[in-house]
Amino acid sequence: MSGYDVIGTEAPRIDAPDKATGRALFIDDMTMPGMLYGALLQSPLAHARIRGIDTSAAKQLPGVKSVVTWEDAGLVKYGVSPARYDETIFCHDKVRHVGDNVAAVAAVDLETALEAVSLIKVDYEDLPAVFTIEQAMAEGAPLVHDIYPRNISAEVHNEFGDVEAAFKECDLIKMTSLVNKRQDCAFIEPQGCIAYYDHSGTLTLYSSTQVPHYTQRSVAMVLGMPIGKVRVVKPYVGGGFGAKASANHMELAACLMSMKTGKPVKMNFEREQVFYHGRSRHQFFHTMTTGVKRDGTILALKHECYMNGGAYSSFGIATVYYAGSLLGGPYKMPNMKYDGYRIATNLPACGAQRGHGGVIARGCWEQQLDMIAEELGMDPVELRLKNIMTAGDITCNDLNMSSLGMKECIEAVRDASEWKNKKGKLPRGKGIGMACGFFVSGAGYPIYRSDTFHGTVVIKLTEDGGTALVYTASAEIGQGSDTAFAMIAAEALGIPLEMVRLESGDTDFGVDLGAYSSRQTLMTGHATKEAAEDVKRQVLEVLSKELNVPMEDMDIKKGLIVFKKEKPDFSGLRTRYIKEHRGWVDNPGAEDELSFREASRIAYLARGSIVGTGKYKPPELGGKFKGAAVGTSPAYGCSAQIVELTVDEGTGRIIIDKMVDAHDCGRAINRTSVEGQMQGSLSMGMGEALFEEVKFDARGRILNADLAEYKIPSALDMPPTEVIVVESNEPNGPFGAKEVGEGNIMATIPAILNAVYDAVGVRIYELPLNPERVHKALKEYKQKNKI
Amino acid sequence: MKRIIQLTINDKEYEVAVEPNQTLTDMLRYELGLTGTKKGCEVGDCGSCTVIMDGIPVNSCLVLAMQANGRKITTIEGLETEKGMHPIQKAFVEKGAIQCGFCTPGMILSSKSLLDKNPNPTEEEIRAGISGNLCRCTGYQKIVDAVKSVGK
Repeated sequence: MSGYDVIGTEAPRIDAPDKATGRALFIDDMTMPGMLYGALLQSPLAHARIRGIDTSAAKQLPGVKSVVTWEDAGLVKYGVSPARYDETIFCHDKVRHVGDNVAAVAAVDLETALEAVSLIKVDYEDLPAVFTIEQAMAEGAPLVHDIYPRNISAEVHNEFGDVEAAFKECDLIKMTSLVNKRQDCAFIEPQGCIAYYDHSGTLTLYSSTQVPHYTQRSVAMVLGMPIGKVRVVKPYVGGGFGAKASANHMELAACLMSMKTGKPVKMNFEREQVFYHGRSRHQFFHTMTTGVKRDGTILALKHECYMNGGAYSSFGIATVYYAGSLLGGPYKMPNMKYDGYRIATNLPACGAQRGHGGVIARGCWEQQLDMIAEELGMDPVELRLKNIMTAGDITCNDLNMSSLGMKECIEAVRDASEWKNKKGKLPRGKGIGMACGFFVSGAGYPIYRSDTFHGTVVIKLTEDGGTALVYTASAEIGQGSDTAFAMIAAEALGIPLEMVRLESGDTDFGVDLGAYSSRQTLMTGHATKEAAEDVKRQVLEVLSKELNVPMEDMDIKKGLIVFKKEKPDFSGLRTRYIKEHRGWVDNPGAEDELSFREASRIAYLARGSIVGTGKYKPPELGGKFKGAAVGTSPAYGCSAQIVELTVDEGTGRIIIDKMVDAHDCGRAINRTSVEGQMQGSLSMGMGEALFEEVKFDARGRILNADLAEYKIPSALDMPPTEVIVVESNEPNGPFGAKEVGEGNIMATIPAILNAVYDAVGVRIYELPLNPERVHKALKEYKQKNKI
Repeated sequence: MKRIIQLTINDKEYEVAVEPNQTLTDMLRYELGLTGTKKGCEVGDCGSCTVIMDGIPVNSCLVLAMQANGRKITTIEGLETEKGMHPIQKAFVEKGAIQCGFCTPGMILSSKSLLDKNPNPTEEEIRAGISGNLCRCTGYQKIVDAVKSVGK
């Protein structure tokens, strides 16, 4: 028994009824009186100098209220990491990718805005463009940005231990590579926003964002406003997965045009614009060399990575670090060398997507470990079990595994999938494969350098004492964070979940860095717990004085006051409460226990509004080397997966038959949400492994900027999944909780790669594993082996 | 030029002036305020705009409002009654079939269409029945579980 009343249950999400009935408001469901509609003019060319922009015809069109270009917006640079601010709201000297932003219009309706956009004349001088890493790094190649020589927008070089010396000790050294294709987060709700600059000089931006705080900061910085005059409010958001984790041009353009017109301005991306905005998974080219001892002990990893970053840096500097640092675990490895390069090209910018930076690296390495196991004559499960870290281990790059149920996860999937009876024993065409992964529970440091708290939470009791109002600026984007925090507040305060009401996603509620890097459950969770404990303390302080019972002899559980020793006479308090006329239909009976509601009303009478506050920031984490911050976290979640699949050797088509996933999430706050995160991760990982690929033509235009040709898994593609929640007690997590949203996706791609090999004996080093690629690999394999 | 159409939405008669090129999605959302019908792609790929028209689930973004003239439409707002949520809605809530919730209205209406025709579908039939509704959050498992639980 956990001893908890609320957390660890399968409580239905607090937002589910509104979402099931169509009542939940998403951004495009909102309207404001007098609202204008905005549209963007985006570049048709991948790389071109802007000689001139003529907006006169657009401005003259009846119904047009605002037409803005860089001349109106200014040229304040922004982006994600301050070290790589390389975007402006609108291009001024040149456009750098198809879909780059040139101008915006606000008009009385969308049709007029779109027509006005078509009337803006841009005089472009076409420039040679670079689309691939080879083109971008070639001698004399055109530069996407003058500030990035050879188009290298970020690079990392670090070494822990001595890899070359370690290789000399190795009995087997293996080198392999893996390349993926650019992906798209493909959330179902396109980005949208409404900006409103009111007469008090306050700019309110309602937006489909994962990060109200960072967006507030970007808007204030770019438009030159005090942060306190900018409020960002997030309604319900239809998924994010990374691409909504920074301010976008549309939000900034809407803000600018609302300031110009004094009217609310609504803007939406069409699906095609979602793709052209990009900011999803990069294309990675990984080459890894691993050295092991004959008994399977991993000694060293040499790793080189090139990433096609697109035209702007976005999250890229973090991505290139993560692509290296997230191989530090979950296996013991004393020596690791990493050289990573992020290359600017004339394609839409890449950024962060679920499993930020680590997914393809993990795919490459876990396939290689499988090959190593085979060459050593070891079972892949045994090789992993031999090398895994356990709680308390620290990686060679200074990541502290304060809890790590890696062993439990591996054993759970092994046992649930009859691994021993199946591995290497299934009929040809059928295969089984496994892999592991881990991920941060929140980045150890904010995106911009600051001593800020990563999350603050305020909890206020209603004056009748019956409801705890939780205010957090965190971002519910579908993952279930609102419910998790309501549950944490209820648990910490000792009241039922029904007595908690939660408001989130508004920068007026405090600071919260938002929904990225799987940070909220741990970080916002800590702040919520602290705020609830603060409220509880205040209520018990008043009660202690009123009843003359020491604080430590009382507690609050299930909405009732618990007297640990002798029960005092509280009839006087009860009479006072009843005389307060706050309970009309449900006043306590004479024999009832003293309730939290009575106690908190008495506390209100003594002190006024009872308000508790909580805050969280991680302690100083990580090593002292350059880039040591990326990969640090207060805690790490980990997972193991086993995939079974069938390869049709005639067509090359892969059918996934079953996926078993075990994840150590620390203490599960809401078990249903934990399982949902695991299942969703499996689906996204499966899509990336088998068919997701953003394709371009020779001029940098996307060939499949829609959800028909950019295929994500449907219900028919997904096999039955079995998810096993492995609980550990994370010392740095609230109630022992840590991440679940991203660690799971790490193992999916390599588990599939390894299962394909088990099925047909073919190793494939390029994703996605679409029928064409698999068929070609099979053909080559058969020719080579004369089958 | 706008034309007047007459149709039944959620058992209520409506007369609406619509543009010839206006989609049923836009009419429902912007003319009538029935914003439970979502817009994810506007070209019939994602299914988030699914409504039931004369008993058949359709992508309302591919239906012109004019084509709905004289038809009977059920949107997500029509499933809840004075007695509360529809059993499918309740199952989605209880089984954890909802994450971001953007696909949910369409998903529930496709599920309803399936269950109306086939009250006891197999897992495979459920997956086929909702295969026109994309969900990026759940991996579909809990949606399938929810529909199955209503079928029983």
